[in-house]
Amino acid sequence: MASSVYLCLLRAVFLVCFVNPLIQGLSEDESVFQNPHHQQEENLTGLPIVTFKWHHVETPYLVIIWVFVAGLAKLSVVELNHHVISVVPESGLLIILGFILGGIVWGADRAQTFKLLPPTFFYYLLPQIILDASYFMPNKLFFSNLGAILIYAIFGTCWNAATVGLSLWGCYEAGVMGNLDIGLLQFLLFGSLIAAVDPVAVIAVFEEVHVNEVLFILVFGESLLNDGVTVVLYNVFDAFVALGGPRIDAAEIFKGIFSFVVVAFGGSFLGIGFAILLSLLTRCTKHIQIIEAGFVFVVGYLAYLTAEMLSLSAILSITFCGICCQKYVNANMDEKSVTTVRHAMKLLANGSETMIFLFLGVTAIDTEIWVWNTGFILLTLLFVFIYRIIGTFLFTWMLNKFRLVPIEVIDQVVMSYGGLRGAVAYGLAALLDEDKIPEKNLMISTTLIVVYFTVILQGITMKPLVQWLKVKRAAHSDLKLIEKLNNRAFDHILAAVEDICGRIGDNWWTRGWNRFEENYISWLLMKPKARKNRDYLFSIFHKLNLEDAINYVSEGERQGSLAFSRSDEAANVDFKKQFGSEFADVMPNIMVDMSNYELGIEHFSVTSIVKDTIPSVSLDIHGQDRKNAMDDINAHHLLQQHLYRSRKHQHRHKYSRSHFSINQNEDEVQEIFQRTMRSRLESFKSTKMGVNPAKKITKHHKKELTHKMPNGHPDGTGHLYGDEEVEGLCVFLPHLIEAGIENPVFLPDMDSPTHSPPWLMETEAVAPSQRAQRRLPWTPNRLRRLAPMRISTCSTDSFLMADVSLTLEEHEEHSQTDHVEM
Amino acid sequence: MGASQSGPVHMFQDLAYKTGFSIEQIKNLHNRFIYLTQAEDTLRREHLENVSDLALNPIRRQIIEAFFDKRNMGEKEKGCLQEIGFEEFVTVLSFFRPPKPHTVDEEMKNIKKEKLRFLFNMHDTDNDGIITLDEYRRVVEELLSSYEIMGAETAKAITDAAMLEVASVTVGQMGPDEFYEGITFEQFMQILKDVEIETKMNIHFWNLDTRTVQCGK
Repeated sequence: MASSVYLCLLRAVFLVCFVNPLIQGLSEDESVFQNPHHQQEENLTGLPIVTFKWHHVETPYLVIIWVFVAGLAKLSVVELNHHVISVVPESGLLIILGFILGGIVWGADRAQTFKLLPPTFFYYLLPQIILDASYFMPNKLFFSNLGAILIYAIFGTCWNAATVGLSLWGCYEAGVMGNLDIGLLQFLLFGSLIAAVDPVAVIAVFEEVHVNEVLFILVFGESLLNDGVTVVLYNVFDAFVALGGPRIDAAEIFKGIFSFVVVAFGGSFLGIGFAILLSLLTRCTKHIQIIEAGFVFVVGYLAYLTAEMLSLSAILSITFCGICCQKYVNANMDEKSVTTVRHAMKLLANGSETMIFLFLGVTAIDTEIWVWNTGFILLTLLFVFIYRIIGTFLFTWMLNKFRLVPIEVIDQVVMSYGGLRGAVAYGLAALLDEDKIPEKNLMISTTLIVVYFTVILQGITMKPLVQWLKVKRAAHSDLKLIEKLNNRAFDHILAAVEDICGRIGDNWWTRGWNRFEENYISWLLMKPKARKNRDYLFSIFHKLNLEDAINYVSEGERQGSLAFSRSDEAANVDFKKQFGSEFADVMPNIMVDMSNYELGIEHFSVTSIVKDTIPSVSLDIHGQDRKNAMDDINAHHLLQQHLYRSRKHQHRHKYSRSHFSINQNEDEVQEIFQRTMRSRLESFKSTKMGVNPAKKITKHHKKELTHKMPNGHPDGTGHLYGDEEVEGLCVFLPHLIEAGIENPVFLPDMDSPTHSPPWLMETEAVAPSQRAQRRLPWTPNRLRRLAPMRISTCSTDSFLMADVSLTLEEHEEHSQTDHVEM
Repeated sequence: MGASQSGPVHMFQDLAYKTGFSIEQIKNLHNRFIYLTQAEDTLRREHLENVSDLALNPIRRQIIEAFFDKRNMGEKEKGCLQEIGFEEFVTVLSFFRPPKPHTVDEEMKNIKKEKLRFLFNMHDTDNDGIITLDEYRRVVEELLSSYEIMGAETAKAITDAAMLEVASVTVGQMGPDEFYEGITFEQFMQILKDVEIETKMNIHFWNLDTRTVQCGK
């Protein structure tokens, strides 16, 4: 609360101090600024140390100031929403804030110096929002509902345009609006620009509501695709208005319909073409990784501008570009570039969305554009609202006859209520030609009022409405992997049943397309390497593992642990590089120290002793590491295995524009590679032959911990896992138990195991399952399965993962080597 | 079945009542059945295996098995049949029938449960009411087998991870001496409760391929 007020104040102060002088300088005191400057130059007697050159930077300066203001506005709005009211959607609040800002500007200038001009909006603000929306489009959902979306987008929009235009005209003829200089065609033109549901407004409002995915995709998809229709209708009626009523004949109307096909499909195909170009391009950007992310934006923008140039639907073009390229681009590009794209995309889209709403507010504070005609404005509002509802119900009724899952009445209500108009309508209205349409300003003001009404009022009431109607919300599930697996199985089951019934249905088509895509399109557009990992399930799996690894590392750090350095993968490569040389001479001593305590089996008691004797955390960890290895291998060998040769790191702080990484040294990479390969081979061998090299065990000791109970003595460890929070870490970081004060039971238990697990006695004839368990390496990529370990120590019993580790590691290794290469 | 020869219309009505299909749909399905069985009375596994489109389906084995699983016939007994008649064929297919409009909530729940039960049975190959890791692994392996690059190892890893995910969500706190055997039906329902199965596990039963019917006759 306080902070938001503070922010508002800050902004106001900022505006008064900063923007207003600038504006005044811009509009009134131009000469004052100019003159001294000139005088200075004329009377130049010596070298001027500082000159004030406002005019040199005026435009970029103002732009950036406004961007800055918009950023502050967003900040304050978000703060406000967090602390004060969460009923008003952000978009509405931004508009209201825009009113205030506009008021300040107007107060200073007595005129609105800053407006949202159509070119700015269409060329600089809109593209990235659409690109963002399409790039993150859930493709499967989108295409499986494409039929419904198209019906709404095409027929719904036409219906809206026609009915609103005609009804207004009817009312005008009936004399409700008084004397206006508007004809039927102009009413239809107005109807067509006000008909389209606005993607920006829809995203902004629906994002906060979390309705179920089908409903969301219907509204959202419609708002994206109806642009083609809007543009065509707008252009056609604009041309008709220019032609004048009498000269319109059947041929012209036919041309209008034909132009719809060309504009919409042309735009879409253009977008697809650019998507192919982009995908091909990212196939070969391996050596310019640092800028490959930029291509996505550049090509997307090119798709937009090219379509605009050819007078095709630009929004459709960029939409399809984004939708089609996402899969291949994400697969082709480096993981880091993908992240870059993702963040940059969100940044741009969010930024422009903020700007748009802010300026929709600012623009309103202008006496010039406001023309009031109660009849016209109120009737427009009414018709827009009513016909949206009628249209939705009408088309849904028709669709439901064919849909497997009918759209429910509640969803229909939300759909019709979600018919938000936004900046696109305003932009089109502002584009109107004043010569041809005398009542342009009335149309602009009406459009603005419709926008405010829908965005603010409907936006505010959307959430309560959704709650009140108990609309199905988006299901939030923690079960990511199993969900995907089930979905996959599901698709196959449905397709199979269709096959058995002999029906050529949706699933048949989907499957056919998938096969085609897999065999030909992927082959063309994807890197061979990327194709290997393209499987969706695997990528989910990989992502979850990465997440876990990150969590694990950060968790370890939070607890002051460097334990993650144990695994011989990327994380510890760095660590060891840095600390390895310093500790190299200390370590062997510790090793020896510990080997005295090492009794071969008892880890826990040793740990506690070691903990007492060795104060340093990092040493302790290494100790823990080695200690487990003592049976088979001496510390020296181990160190040699784990530590990379110390080098003079003269290249460490080198600045490079094209690389982030500092350890690019070839030898080093080579060494890392060789080492990992060697360890991989070893573990492979051991899995095959049943030999247990110590190195593996170092990573396995955790596994053994957990397996001791189920296998050996299932009942002796009842309260081992007392505290859910800490136990996870405690289990694998026994030396850190000290930190887990909440878990007092843990320590004694660990310290005094009364038995030795049976399999540790066995040397050669290890039962497969048990050996398997020991095999399980404990690397971060294991974490997916580590999480539930907390729940049951026995759960792993069913996981006879004798050899999974290898493949898994290999996959992890892929990404790891990538990191190293970077 | 024998009855199909004597009084097909009567039998169709019976079936329509039992399974919820319309008579028209039953007729279409009957035609299809005859085509599949090459005009025999009963359908055997090889008949389904001969369906050409099915050949590329990675989990066709499970799906075909489901048609011969007694549990899906509404009978209490377990086990597999060697051949099924038209009635059984339709009964299995009726799991994929979209629910009628204006179904009340209670009924919807039952439908959902039935559909889930069907899926569960499909995974639970040994009929013990639990999808064990091994069973699920086989499912996933088959599922991923179409991606030849991803080996069985990866499939296993994914299965294990998925299984643990289930365990972590459904079981909650578990004593250390307890043993996680696998997914029970209750847990299965729990993990799929957000997936609106009643709206997804449906296919249209109109517009069936009539060409094949003529070929069959």
